[in-house]
Amino acid sequence: MKIGVCIKQVPAKDAPLTIVEGGAWIRESDIGFETNEPDSYALEEALRLKEKHGGEVVAISMGPERAKQTIKEALAKGAERAIHVADNEFYRLDPLASARSLAAAIQGENFDLILTGLQSDDQGFGQTGVLLAELLGRPHATLIMQIEITDGRMKLKRELEAGWFQWVELPLPAVLTIQSGINKPRYATLKGIMAAKKKEIATVERASLGVPGARTQRVERIYVPQKTKKTEFLTGSPKEIAAKLIEKLKHEARVL
Amino acid sequence: MKILLITEQREGKWNKVSFETLAAAQQIAQQAKGTLSGAVVGKGLAALADELSGYQLDEVLLVEHDLLEQYTPDGFSLALRQLIEGAKPDLVLLPHTYQVRDFAPKLAASLQKGMIGDCIACRYENGKLIFVRQMFQGRTAADVVFTGEPAWVASFQAGAFRADLAVKHASGKAPVKPVSVDLKPEQIRTKPLELFREAKQAVDLTQAPILVSVGRGIKAPENIQMAEKLAKLMGGEISASRPICDEGWLPMERQIGSSGQTVSPKLYLALGISGAIQHVVGMKGSRTIAAINKDPNAPIFEVADYGIVGDLFEIVPALIEELEKNKPD
Repeated sequence: MKIGVCIKQVPAKDAPLTIVEGGAWIRESDIGFETNEPDSYALEEALRLKEKHGGEVVAISMGPERAKQTIKEALAKGAERAIHVADNEFYRLDPLASARSLAAAIQGENFDLILTGLQSDDQGFGQTGVLLAELLGRPHATLIMQIEITDGRMKLKRELEAGWFQWVELPLPAVLTIQSGINKPRYATLKGIMAAKKKEIATVERASLGVPGARTQRVERIYVPQKTKKTEFLTGSPKEIAAKLIEKLKHEARVL
Repeated sequence: MKILLITEQREGKWNKVSFETLAAAQQIAQQAKGTLSGAVVGKGLAALADELSGYQLDEVLLVEHDLLEQYTPDGFSLALRQLIEGAKPDLVLLPHTYQVRDFAPKLAASLQKGMIGDCIACRYENGKLIFVRQMFQGRTAADVVFTGEPAWVASFQAGAFRADLAVKHASGKAPVKPVSVDLKPEQIRTKPLELFREAKQAVDLTQAPILVSVGRGIKAPENIQMAEKLAKLMGGEISASRPICDEGWLPMERQIGSSGQTVSPKLYLALGISGAIQHVVGMKGSRTIAAINKDPNAPIFEVADYGIVGDLFEIVPALIEELEKNKPD
């Protein structure tokens, strides 16, 4: 089975974010980046499916040069090869342009299965997997918690809201978005890291794909949201803070 | 401006976020001096259409078909595409549910249009609609506008608008108009099977008066004990954000947020929870919210009444000590 998995590099969870003047994007120069956590579940699921059914896993990532780090991690964990769709200003793309670019870059691969994470922790559009399916003419299912494959058909456990789940069946080829928590992502081994150095990363310049940029929507401004609630900040030593909080909860909020 | 609201139901029961989006759609229709149609999609839904028609709308469109009885992304996208091509709305609004996430981007793309998803607000300024959505897990907001020709597709996050502000019809009821769509079984590639819930939940967090909730900041499973001790001293239950349950440090049934439980206790104490939107929608209705986080810019402080910027590993033991000191022997 030939599996493609879309992974994205995003700012590290604890990276201090500052916004560039004009609000077009965040300042990228001083912060660390990491693999988008929801995508690491998709990668792990792809690797497990390959280990069970045979085949290969191809990691696909769009982003600037730095995205190579995320690609190398995927190769070290066990992906066979990678496709890097290079674009230094890919944050300017709207969800449809992002998906069209990815679709164009992987068109010739004819994957049996494409997996994506649930959403990215930066822009959080949560649309890429569903859009890829539509653009490639494949069926899809989202928020997947379990995958069983027999004779070219998949039985999938989808998460719905409020503790509900549903089993659905889908033919291959298809696109799935993976719900976080489906598995426990592995760490790269030293052997894997060494092996990754010999693996192929095919770089495709996004500009060469002939897909126009954002056409459906435009981010006018990114900003720190205004508080809707007045928060009283308690300060002092831990002991003083603890005493103040208990006092407030007992006598001001009257909830203790 | 012609606005089309697409409501959501499952097995004849509303997804209540539909009425929040109805309130949003009514407000936008009023500001932009537009018309509002509301669609009900499925099978055997005359009663729901009738209920919706009691609200301030110009019409209710009842889209029914045997192949819409159970939700599939193919069935709903194909049916709604026909509805949109027929009704020609400028703006299509949906509640940002798991089901909408599953089909709405596909629907928009099939019309060669884009979707602005998971919006928390919408402003109408100088004849232009500006949608507000969160980025970076709620640490920043973004103003987003549609470019190009309608139809424009947008969805609103649960809790972004108040359902109780949805206005009832001024003079009786809006007309209900059936809309026929053409669907064939072979167009639907997904085969939906049974709906189910996992094993019965042992704890009902919605009934707990006090919740002490842990997030990533708790760092290791062995540290949860400390939070459990605090919860016990306060007379509450322990709960968590999704990553903690994903790691298996606490069972899934203790998860608060869009994929877990929605709670409104009298006190919600968030320990090391950054406050990503998926978590906040599940707890922002709490009467009092206190939060401890080392990051002063953590979005959890936007909803907190009491905020403590600091190390929870210093403050939680101090809280335990303080409560034990005051405990009657």
